[in-house]
Amino acid sequence: MSVLVLAENPKGNFKKPAFEAVHYGHLTAKALGTECIALVLGSADNPAQLGEYGASKVIHLTEGFDAYDSRRYLAAVTQVAQQIGANVVVLNHSSTGKSLLGGLAVKLNAGAVSGVNSIPNTDSGFSVNKNVFAGKAIAEVSINTDVKVLTLMGNSIPPEQVGSAVEVESLQIELPEAKTTVTGQNTVAGVVPLPEAELVVSAGRGMKGPENWGIIEDLANVLGATTACSRPVADTGWRPHHEHVGQTGVAIRPNLYIAAGISGAIQHLAGVNSSKTIVVINKDPEAPFFKAADYGVCADLFDVVPALTEAIKSFKASN
Amino acid sequence: MNLLVCVTKTPETTSKISFTGNSFNTEGISYIMNPYDEWYALVRALELKEQHSGTVTVINVGPAENDVVIRKALAIGADDAVRVDTTPTSAKEVAHHVFNYAKDKAYDIVFCGKETIDYNGAEVGGMLAALMDVPYLSFASKLDHDGTVATVERDIEGGVEVATVNGPFVLSASKGLAEQRIPNMRGIMMAKRKPLEVVAAQDVSADVATTGYSLPAAKAGVKMIDAENMTELVRLLHEEAKVI
Ligand SMILES: Cc1cc2nc3c(=O)[nH]c(=O)nc-3n(C[C@H](O)[C@H](O)[C@H](O)COP(=O)(O)OP(=O)(O)OC[C@H]3O[C@@H](n4cnc5c(N)ncnc54)[C@H](O)[C@@H]3O)c2cc1C
Ligand SMILES: Nc1ncnc2c1ncn2[C@@H]1O[C@H](COP(=O)(O)O)[C@@H](O)[C@H]1O
Repeated sequence: MSVLVLAENPKGNFKKPAFEAVHYGHLTAKALGTECIALVLGSADNPAQLGEYGASKVIHLTEGFDAYDSRRYLAAVTQVAQQIGANVVVLNHSSTGKSLLGGLAVKLNAGAVSGVNSIPNTDSGFSVNKNVFAGKAIAEVSINTDVKVLTLMGNSIPPEQVGSAVEVESLQIELPEAKTTVTGQNTVAGVVPLPEAELVVSAGRGMKGPENWGIIEDLANVLGATTACSRPVADTGWRPHHEHVGQTGVAIRPNLYIAAGISGAIQHLAGVNSSKTIVVINKDPEAPFFKAADYGVCADLFDVVPALTEAIKSFKASN
Repeated sequence: MNLLVCVTKTPETTSKISFTGNSFNTEGISYIMNPYDEWYALVRALELKEQHSGTVTVINVGPAENDVVIRKALAIGADDAVRVDTTPTSAKEVAHHVFNYAKDKAYDIVFCGKETIDYNGAEVGGMLAALMDVPYLSFASKLDHDGTVATVERDIEGGVEVATVNGPFVLSASKGLAEQRIPNMRGIMMAKRKPLEVVAAQDVSADVATTGYSLPAAKAGVKMIDAENMTELVRLLHEEAKVI
């Protein structure tokens, strides 16, 4: 019996999602009275550090994972889970985690729940909470199988350092031949991806045009925030698709969501209303977004956004 | 090219979400085809068919009332449709029913949406791919096919990854894969005559169950800040909200 956690290491580095997943695995293992084992696929910098977040051991498979191939990744996680007798497998609610979830459910005969945002309740059986309707509601789901597979929603359970570096081992597994070939990646460098971002600055049609986005980027830069946008903005090509948040875009739950020139349509709110703190900047006092906000500024965003950027700059300088 | 598109229905996106105990209040809710299925998966499948010839079949696992959604898919251009007659309560059931239907039919690509916008599972596609033992190209925002090799752009954190694949695969569609098509009168008329096969469901059990619902805690109410006083907003974000 154990909890297996796939610790993601994009470009060889562990980031917050890996620590969150391992810590979540640790808390789950504690609830079940067992241990948490982290799995690392492909080259990674210092896998032993996962012990700090609660892994009692790290299994590191180095060869054959340079590029993502769904069947190879699936085979690896399946075989490791079987060899160590895992009864819970924890993944991030990320592109990799979501891709693997269904396959693992099949291979391990496991019940699967995606987008989990709570530690399992093991008082009677095994149940977790998950976001549904892009965050408009929360469902409690119980899993009846011996083995369970979960994807953990980002920014749900803060990772804590509870231990120290642990031993790193390997395991013998057999990989199928890759059937897909990764030929390239096109990602924005140096920015925290939206699902992981703690601070998000978002803008909508109130911006009038893509040429005005400089003020949004300036604000995001002083905060160290990731930029997002409403759907029409992505649809008209003002901003890239991956920035679109909402019911049909990315669902996020950052600590701070600043929305400028976004009306707050129900489909937009669906993807952002789990944010801890929401600041709305809109010149229309009737904009529905104010009802979902913690702080509101009712004025022209072309004045407010630069002023806010300056205020944050001075705050950062004096802190 | 022999293409299968999984379609399902979800509450309309402006629906008011409420619950009584552990059931979703369906009163006053109108349903639509899941946007990822309708706007992206189905349309891209139709475009590939137009390019390479072949057939586009849509499949739904659900009760007779889902025929409305299936007819819409036919009106948009699918050639024929299948409904597996049961009311699934989990992704596992859906995947097994689709697999049971598809396994001996040699589809080149099975399309799903990236997730349903109600349950947000993102599970069915990966399950189907594993059952069929074919690659799963998840969250595809671009798909080109030259008849032998497919080139797919998958959404990953902060961008896309490009991959090529030979042979059959399962794909889940995300935004960007195609442009929404609105059914025209002719399509709607033709859809009435297109075949919709209803097949009986085999026995598949659910392994997860929703035991309750809740709504996120309501906001305390908005605090309005004077536009001339952004220093005050920064102070509140630091001292009160503790987010910066
Ligand atoms: C099926 C479906 C799914 C959808 N999914 C999504 C989704 O996932 N995400 C999403 O975002 N939308 C989604 N939408 C679209 C949604 O309904 C809204 O149309 C959209 O969110 C509006 O975008 P917006 O707020 O940027 O633009 P608008 O509604 O045009 O709002 C612009 C706002 O900017 C304000 N403004 C203008 N100028 C200024 C200024 N100078 N200073 C300050 N404020 C200013 C205006 O007062 C207004 O409130 C979906 C719609 C449908 C039908
Ligand atoms: N009842 C169903 N019948 C047919 N296809 C479905 C059904 N439910 C889900 N799907 C497909 O699986 C995709 C992902 O659903 P889910 O994993 O439930 O989020 C959907 O976009 C559909 O393409």
